[in-house]
Amino acid sequence: MEKLFTKTESLYDLPTHYCPGCGHGIAHRLIAEVVDELGIREKTIGIAPVGCAVVAYDYWNFDCSEAAHGRALAVATGIKRVRPHNIVFTYQGDGDLAAIGTNETIHAANRGENLSVVFINNAVYGMTGGQMAPTTLLGQKTSTSIEGRKKEKHGFPLKISEMLALLPGVCYIERVSFHTPAEVLKAKRAIKLAFENQINNLGFSLVEILSPCPTYWGLNPKEALDWTRDIMQKEFPLGRIK
Amino acid sequence: MTERIIIAGSGGQGVMLLGKVLAETAMLEGKQVTYLPAYGPEVRGGTSHCMVTISDEEIGSPYISQADTLIILNNPSLEKFKGKLRNKGLLILNSSLAKSESSGKTCLCQFPFTDMAIKLGNIKVANMVALGCYLSARKTLKINDVLQVFKIMAPAGNLRILEINEQALAEGAGLNHG
Amino acid sequence: MKKDKILISGNEAIAQGAIDAGCNFYAGYPITPQNEIIAYMSKHMADSGGVSIQAESELAAISMVYGASAAGARSMTSSSSPGISLKQEGISYIAGAQLPAVIVNIMRGGPGLGNIAPSQSDYFQATRGGGHGDYRLIVLAPASVQEAYELTRLSFDLADKYRIPVMILGDGILGQMMEPVELRPKTKTIPQKSWALSGCRGRKPNIVKSFFLREGALEEFNKTLQKNHQIISKNEIRFEEINLSGAKVVLVAYGTMARIAKSAVAKLSSNGKKVGLIRPISLWPFPKTAFNSKDKKLKYLTIEMSAGQMVEDVRLAVNGRNPVEFLGRSGGGVPTEEEIINKVKKLL
Repeated sequence: MEKLFTKTESLYDLPTHYCPGCGHGIAHRLIAEVVDELGIREKTIGIAPVGCAVVAYDYWNFDCSEAAHGRALAVATGIKRVRPHNIVFTYQGDGDLAAIGTNETIHAANRGENLSVVFINNAVYGMTGGQMAPTTLLGQKTSTSIEGRKKEKHGFPLKISEMLALLPGVCYIERVSFHTPAEVLKAKRAIKLAFENQINNLGFSLVEILSPCPTYWGLNPKEALDWTRDIMQKEFPLGRIK
Repeated sequence: MTERIIIAGSGGQGVMLLGKVLAETAMLEGKQVTYLPAYGPEVRGGTSHCMVTISDEEIGSPYISQADTLIILNNPSLEKFKGKLRNKGLLILNSSLAKSESSGKTCLCQFPFTDMAIKLGNIKVANMVALGCYLSARKTLKINDVLQVFKIMAPAGNLRILEINEQALAEGAGLNHG
Repeated sequence: MKKDKILISGNEAIAQGAIDAGCNFYAGYPITPQNEIIAYMSKHMADSGGVSIQAESELAAISMVYGASAAGARSMTSSSSPGISLKQEGISYIAGAQLPAVIVNIMRGGPGLGNIAPSQSDYFQATRGGGHGDYRLIVLAPASVQEAYELTRLSFDLADKYRIPVMILGDGILGQMMEPVELRPKTKTIPQKSWALSGCRGRKPNIVKSFFLREGALEEFNKTLQKNHQIISKNEIRFEEINLSGAKVVLVAYGTMARIAKSAVAKLSSNGKKVGLIRPISLWPFPKTAFNSKDKKLKYLTIEMSAGQMVEDVRLAVNGRNPVEFLGRSGGGVPTEEEIINKVKKLL
């Protein structure tokens, strides 16, 4: 009989602590599958973010480090420079990568650090209770933009991926989504390419995932996926950016 | 013996190099030595200075509040540091760019180091003329050891630089015998 | 004639000391008066197979050090007071993750942008941990360029031994001053780090973290940190003492200030005055045991380039048994030998 599926070695067999419909579980699994498929589990080092996914290392069966909020790419730089033969990636949310860590993000990219970044854009701060993120859409209600984000008061959603694409040190950037199984598979291909680029010493790669946060969007899981497709993508169009 | 020397001039006159040559020579002679450069924004233009303490004993403060010797290469530096010279201290002064009246309170050696350096063919060696003058007035270190330090510090293969510095040192050393 | 010494600055001696200790990762950001360290590392680290990065900020530099240490490197960062304030985030994380790292603070005047003159006003920040949370760093205070070299080498060994950040605390004068230094052969054996991130081949994954969510877990973990602190407090006290027997006044000073105090002691002693000196070399753990005089008439005089910080530790150590006086100048002022002598004469 043909074997269709085996357990992903890089992913522990554990119940998830994430909310129903949250994108983190999918993203964790995709990374684990990619690591397995590339046969790099024993040389992979992941950097967990500060945010809901801070305990990502509870799910991943390979070496991991925490980093202070926003400093993941500085920590990753230190690790990768000391161990250039290991595969080092960061897993960061929008607040981490595009607010408190913007400086680290831009400069790691600009140095062309040979790293892979999985950027979870859910347009909100999850762990702290649903505050406005740099990527919160205009009109989107959060606990710190109660009447919806207003450009006059809060500025615009930050398109960090498009900004990073301008930098010569950046090798690859793609924005993906989880709103259909086909899109999830596309997301996996993008993550795999980001890791392959590192294996081939091509420099900085980043995959931005439009990831649902039903809890702080006030939607059920299905509605949340539809929202990424119908609303979020208008501001953050999918596809290869660089 | 403890000798506290403040060397001052304008940026580009080589006061830091003068101080380093003194310190390297003291080290070569097995003496205790500290060299403290000014590291503030004043090193860019304006006056520049360094402090060198040479001693047979362990040196306390590398910062000199009262100097035994001032080696001064321009007038703003004289104004800035003359108050730091101890009673009966030695003032080595570049009279090409600064003048001082002799008084009973200081032992004054003033000669036109810059003019002498120009005559030698390189204005930059005024510092070494001053060093020669100092070492002949106060025999803190041996001229021969300074020459050895020149050889260690000089850029490899540039004999002309070495030669003119040696000349400058000798000219300076001859001043107090004249 | 001595030919085996080289004339280098305190900053250069720290950098060379790090390289000779097997430091293979450095990240820094320019700030006066410690720029010679980052320049020296940029120039020389590659020769010994190490990495030197000019980071985009102090925050990034200390986090790079965190990463490099997590990956098993001997790593260092350096800065001066305002930059060290920025590094406190990373230092707290390094302490929390039990990582070894060496942090150099060549202090300048503060608060705020302050000035670039020498100062000792970061003593509180250095010896109380500095960042958030219950932790300490080992803090070592060299008083000469040779000692800057030696203590930097030692700090890497202590950092690895106790898995704790170690700070070299100097001031602008120490960093800038040049003195003859004798270098020693490079450290050959660096301890294996089974906890480091290297990829999980043949073992369970290693996790470097300081996050403990389960109730009671952090308290439990912090107890292990405190236990480590206790062992360090017992084993790693370092100080120098001069003329303590029969002394009526004992000066207490560290770093550059101790050199000036030492000159004052020499001068006063040559005039028959009974004056001694305690020079703490480890500021944390503070050498409490040095303050054990039975003479109730003895007076301690703490001298600092600050408005009075170490004096609090001296008072804790003396615990009311003897009077503790203070002489200090802040904002870049350096108490002079004359000021010390005058103060001592008043106390005698």
